[in-house]
Amino acid sequence: MAKDGPTPLERFINGILPENPVYRQLLGMCPTLAVTGNMKAAMTMSGAVLFVLFCANIITSLIRHLLKPHLRILVFTLTIATFVTIADRFLAAYMYEMSKELGPYIPLIIVNCVIICRCEVCASKQGVIAAGADAIGQSIGFALALASIASVREILGEGSWFAMRVMPEAWPAWAIMILPPGAFITLGLLLGGANWFGMSRSAKTAA
Amino acid sequence: MDYILSLLLIAIGAALINNFVLKYFVGICPFIGVSRRVDMAFGMGCAVTFVISIAAMLSWTFTNFILQPSAPLTKWIAGFFMSPEAAANIDLSILNYIVYIFVIASSVQLVEMYVRKFSPGMYKSFGVYLPLITTNCAILFACLEIMKHVSTGGGSGDWGSAGGGQSWGLAQALTLAVFGGIGFTIAIVIMAGIREELDHCDIPAPLRGAGITLIVAGILALAFMGFTGVDTKLKRKIAPERETTITASSHGSETHATSATGGSGQ
Repeated sequence: MAKDGPTPLERFINGILPENPVYRQLLGMCPTLAVTGNMKAAMTMSGAVLFVLFCANIITSLIRHLLKPHLRILVFTLTIATFVTIADRFLAAYMYEMSKELGPYIPLIIVNCVIICRCEVCASKQGVIAAGADAIGQSIGFALALASIASVREILGEGSWFAMRVMPEAWPAWAIMILPPGAFITLGLLLGGANWFGMSRSAKTAA
Repeated sequence: MDYILSLLLIAIGAALINNFVLKYFVGICPFIGVSRRVDMAFGMGCAVTFVISIAAMLSWTFTNFILQPSAPLTKWIAGFFMSPEAAANIDLSILNYIVYIFVIASSVQLVEMYVRKFSPGMYKSFGVYLPLITTNCAILFACLEIMKHVSTGGGSGDWGSAGGGQSWGLAQALTLAVFGGIGFTIAIVIMAGIREELDHCDIPAPLRGAGITLIVAGILALAFMGFTGVDTKLKRKIAPERETTITASSHGSETHATSATGGSGQ
């Protein structure tokens, strides 16, 4: 990754597809697998990640000249933990049902590798605007990845999308897709699909 | 007897039935990253088990004496500055996450220094994954479960209904942590064994690496689902007279049907 190069706009676009946190960098797998049983939970999770990543990136970028190298990870995690606490309390106050459903996975954003990685790679090296753009781009990429997995799982597992019925009534709900094994298998296959797509494209440009 | 039984149920629940990796998806990063060879996977499992125990012990202590509403130490200290009623109302649980992450980071630092001093070979082979234990969700997850059971008196949850209802002591917290770590070790070692065999297979190119690992993990999770219901059965064997109260309060009771199918999936 670049040392001082990418402009804010590049950072923003990079996050969405070329460096998609889930499909390209394989980061933040825990929430990716755990909250994608239905679209609503996945989108709430993405919103929380957007908030935390944006705030943490801005703060890290502002204090980047004060950081001591050996203590930086600790500073990152403490910053993140503060904002996660805010997000957690907010969800518990205004979206109680959702906060119950997401359970421990909201506090687990603290140890989400995506956020620490962005603080380390981008925010601790670049200015506030680049860091903010990077945070938004990465979050959108993360939300897209979550949405793709959650769509597959919810449509196959419950026959609905955003709790709206999309499959005919006769659709036999594949219960396994909402259970843990379905998460692993869906992500594995989608990952294979993304890789295959990337490979065939690069083969075409080479030819 | 009830006490032992509750510990036993927590242990089995944490290690097998609600395996941290395969049921709750915590600790996926090392599960995919370090599961290439069995010996490294085993070392990683041991390191995680060790860190998880220390972190659980510390976080139970902090939660119980300082962080939970009207905790004794906080009350005592605050008593010097304000009236006793006001002191009893202090609730520091908003600081939970920050304290936990601090505890975990320090225990990982400890383990890192220990490993570097006493087995440099292992230190080298872990590479970046050793400091990354800090960001291993499994450890924070264990701390959060313990927090839930200390400060709200348990109630729901998957750790055997005999343990619910009253708040956890240090013994329950440690059992959850140690056996959760063992469950993580089991999962990652099995995974490493399968991946060693996979090296000789012809896997479609796009699936190589993480893709096939995730699919295998899915099948493994399917096999581990076969353990559901073991705890209900065990409870019935050991304490038959409490059966009615247990089944009434048991949480995941759609389970007995599948108990015979899995288990031999590895």
